[in-house]
Amino acid sequence: MADLTDQIPERISINLVVNGVRRTLEVVPWTTLLDALRDRLELTGTKKGCDHGQCGACTVLIDGRRVNSCLTLAVMKDGAEITTIEGLAKDGTLHPLQQAFIDHDAFQCGYCTPGQICSAAGLLAEGRARDADEIRELMSGNLCRCGAYPNIVAAIEQAMSRS
Amino acid sequence: MNAYVGTPTSRVDGRAKVTGTAKYAGEFTADGLVHGFVVEATIPRGRIVRLDTSEALKVAGVLDVLTHANRPSLADKDEAWKDEVAPEGSPFRPLYDDLIRFNGQPIALVVAEEWETAKFAATLVLVDYEQDGFATDLEAERGSASEMDKPHRPRGDAKGALAAAALRHEADYLIPTEHHNPMELYATTTVWESDGKLTVYDKTQGVQNVHKFLCAVFDKKPDDLRVISPFVGGAFGSGLRPQYQVVLATLAALALKRSVRVVLTRRQMYGLGHRPMTIEHVALGARPDGTLDAVTHEAVAVTSRYEDFSRNDTGWAEQLYKSPNSHFSHKLVDLDVSTPCDMRAPGAASGVCALECAMDELAVALKLDPIELRLKCYSDRDQSEDLPYTSKQLRECYARGAEAFGWARRTPAPRSMRDGKELVGWGMATGVWEALQMPVAVRIVLTSNGHAEVSCAASDIGTGTYTIVAQVAADALGLPIENISVRLADSALPQAPVEGGSWMAASSAHAVLGAAEDIRQELARLAKAMPDSPLAHLDAANVALVDGMIGRNGAAVSIADVMRHSNIERIEKEKLNQFAEDKSHARNTHSAVFAEVKVDEQLGVIRVTRVVSAVAAGRILNTKTARSQILGGVVWGIGMALHEETAMDHRFGRIMNANIAEYHIPVNADIHDIDVIFVDEPDDRINRLGIKGLGEIGIVGVPAAIANAVYHATGKRIRRFPITLDKLLD
Repeated sequence: MADLTDQIPERISINLVVNGVRRTLEVVPWTTLLDALRDRLELTGTKKGCDHGQCGACTVLIDGRRVNSCLTLAVMKDGAEITTIEGLAKDGTLHPLQQAFIDHDAFQCGYCTPGQICSAAGLLAEGRARDADEIRELMSGNLCRCGAYPNIVAAIEQAMSRS
Repeated sequence: MNAYVGTPTSRVDGRAKVTGTAKYAGEFTADGLVHGFVVEATIPRGRIVRLDTSEALKVAGVLDVLTHANRPSLADKDEAWKDEVAPEGSPFRPLYDDLIRFNGQPIALVVAEEWETAKFAATLVLVDYEQDGFATDLEAERGSASEMDKPHRPRGDAKGALAAAALRHEADYLIPTEHHNPMELYATTTVWESDGKLTVYDKTQGVQNVHKFLCAVFDKKPDDLRVISPFVGGAFGSGLRPQYQVVLATLAALALKRSVRVVLTRRQMYGLGHRPMTIEHVALGARPDGTLDAVTHEAVAVTSRYEDFSRNDTGWAEQLYKSPNSHFSHKLVDLDVSTPCDMRAPGAASGVCALECAMDELAVALKLDPIELRLKCYSDRDQSEDLPYTSKQLRECYARGAEAFGWARRTPAPRSMRDGKELVGWGMATGVWEALQMPVAVRIVLTSNGHAEVSCAASDIGTGTYTIVAQVAADALGLPIENISVRLADSALPQAPVEGGSWMAASSAHAVLGAAEDIRQELARLAKAMPDSPLAHLDAANVALVDGMIGRNGAAVSIADVMRHSNIERIEKEKLNQFAEDKSHARNTHSAVFAEVKVDEQLGVIRVTRVVSAVAAGRILNTKTARSQILGGVVWGIGMALHEETAMDHRFGRIMNANIAEYHIPVNADIHDIDVIFVDEPDDRINRLGIKGLGEIGIVGVPAAIANAVYHATGKRIRRFPITLDKLLD
C-alpha cells in the first residue's frame, strides 16, 4: 500500500459566525460541524450522542433552521450563521425555552437538553406546532433516554404560549 | 424547619444543563490532548493470529496503536480487575491478551493528534482470527443452564401444591437482551498532569469505584490518580462498573505520557453490559376463590463465559402474594457475549414483568378483576423471611391509581372497548423494589458569610442528587438554598458507593444530616460561650438552626455573629453515616401501574395513550424531581413493553441493530399522558427522614401493565417481549 500520509486531505479555511462571533478555522473536509464546534471551538454544549443523525443531541440552528450538526460537514457551512446552546441566553438572561426547561424539569441527565432546546427554538420559529400532539411529533428527532418527554412538551408549550 | 424538603424545588444544576456549561467526561481538555479510537473484534470467540498495525501507523498524525502485544503493564490477577460491584468470575481485561471473548471486544486503540485521524487509521488495522465454535442463542442453549445459589428458600411443597391446584396457570415469558443506551457516549479524558499524576474524567456512576479499580489495574498509589465525573449523561446501571474506555484512555496516557481522550461510538457501546435475555417461567396454582396455593418462578438468563451475573428476578412473589407454597430458581447459560450488568431495576423489571403477566392470566382464568385477585393474595409480610414491612401502602396505590385511571369503567371482556377504529385495552400490574441504604460520608464547610459547601464522592447521574443534597443541607443548616453549593463525584471527596439500586437519596440525605448535626453542635457550643449569650441557659441539644440563626423560641443569635465573635472563619465537619442494622423488617417500595393502549386492528400499531403510576416510596424529598424519576421509569417501561430488543444474528454471534435507529427507544411521539401519584407513606422505622428511593420503582410493573392492556384490547397474549405489531398480526 502506498504511503498513507497523503490520504489525509488538506485543510480548508472557513468562516463561521457562531453565536454572533465570526470565527475563522482551518478544517479537514471530513470534519463535521459538530466536531468543529466541540473540539476546535470548545463549544461543548452541543452534544454527540450517535454521530449518525439518529438522536438529535447535536442539534444546532444554522441560519435559523434546526440541523443535526453531526451530519453536516463544517466546510459546507462556510459563511453560515450558527447558534448553539451557548448563544441562546442574552446578557445572562435565559432564553424563555431554557427557563421553561428548568421550570418543568424537562431534563434529568442534561445530555440531550441542548439539542432539545435548540430543536424547540427551531420548532417555534417554524410555527408548525399548534398543540401538544404536534410538538410531540415534531420533536421526535430528539431522543431523551431519561424519558423527560412529558416535561419537554410542557416546557415548549409554556414557551410557545409566551412568545 | 422544612423550607425545601418535600417541595418541588427546581434542580440546582439546571442552569448549567440548559446553557451547555455542564461538562461531561469527554468534554474536558488539556494541553496536547490526543485522541484514541477503538478497534473492535468482529468474531464472537477465538484468537487473534495476526494484528497488523503498520498501515495505520503510516498515517500522518497517528502516534501509536496499542494492542495486547505492545501495551504497558496491566495487573495479572483477577482481584485487581474486580471492582466493587463485580460479579463472580474473571473480569474482562481490555488489550490483555489475544483471546476474543465477545463480538465487539476492543482489540486495539489507535492514538492520533486528531480524532478523525484516529478514526480513519483504525480502519487500516488488519486482523486475522482463528475462530472457535461459539454460542449466542439462549433458547437453543437453555438445556445447558446451571443453577445459581439464591436467597429465596423454598417454602412448603410447591410442586405438589401446583399439581393439586384447582386452577393452574403456567407459561414462559421472554425478556430480550436490552441495552441502556444513555445519550452520552462512554468517554474518558485522562489528563497527564505535569507531575506525572493522572486526573481521570470518566463517565461513571462511581468515581471511587473507578479510582480503586485503576489503582489496582495500573499498580498506582491512591494519590497518583484522581477520578472526576461531575455530570453523567445518563447511565441507568451501565456505569456501575468501570467500563473499558477508562482503562484504554489511562493505558494510552501512561504509554505516551500525554493526555488522552477515548470516546466510544454508539455501536461500540453495545459491547458493554446489557440487561440479560431471560426466559422467565412462572407457574401459579390457585383455589377457585382466587387465593394462591403455589407460586414457582424459574429464570433462565444469559451470562458471559467469564463472569456469572445474576440478579433477583424470581423472589418478588414472596413480597407481593400470599401463598403457602413457593419455589424459586435462577439459572445461567454461559454464552459468547460480554457480561450482562445492572440495568434499571435489574431482576425486578424482568421478573416482575413475567409475574404480573401471569397474575393477569390467572385473573382471566378465575374471571376475577385483576385488582381483586391481587387484593385476595395481598401479603402484609415478606414471606421469604416472614417479616413485616417498615411500611407498605400498596393497597392505597391500587385504590388511588384505580380511581385516577377510572378503572371502574373497564369492561372485563377482551375486545370489548373501542375508540373509533381502534381497540382499547386497560391493563394493570404491581411494581416492587427494594429500599436500600448504604454508608455515605459528607463534608460540610460552613463559612462566616453564611455559605455552606457540601461535598461527597457520590454521583448525580441525572437522578437529582445535587438538588436533594442542597435541599436537605439548606433545611438542616437553616440557610437559603442559594447559599448551599454542592460538590459531587470527585474521588478525593468523602466516601460514597456507586450510585445505583435507588439507595443514593436516603444514603446521601442522612449523611448530610449527620454532618449538619455536628455543625449545629459546634455552633451551639460557640454561641453559648458568647458574652451575654441569649442561649446561655438553653440546652445545646435543643437549639436549632433556622433562617441563619441559632437558638430556640426567639432566644437566638445569628450564625454570622457566632462565628465572628468566636473569630472563626469556617467550621468544617465530615461525618460517615451508617444505618443501624435492622433485620426485623422488610424494606420495599411499591407501585400500582395502570395502562391504556389503543391498537389499530388492521395495522397492529399499539399506542400507550395513558399511564397512571401510583407509587408508595416513603417520604418524597422533592416532588418535582421525584415525579421526573417515575415519568422516566414509565417511559422505560413503555420501551421495554413495545420497542426495545437487541437483535443478535446467531450465525455470526453479532448484534444486528447496534445503533439507536434500529434499537428502538421511545421517542416523544410515543409518549402520551402519564400521571404520577405519590401515595402518602409515613415510615418512621426505615430511617430518620422516612425516605425509600425512586430510581427503579418507576419501571417495574409498567411492561406487564401494557402487555395486560394489549391482551384486554386484542384478546392476544404476547409473552415474547417486546410486543411488536408483527406479533399481533400473526
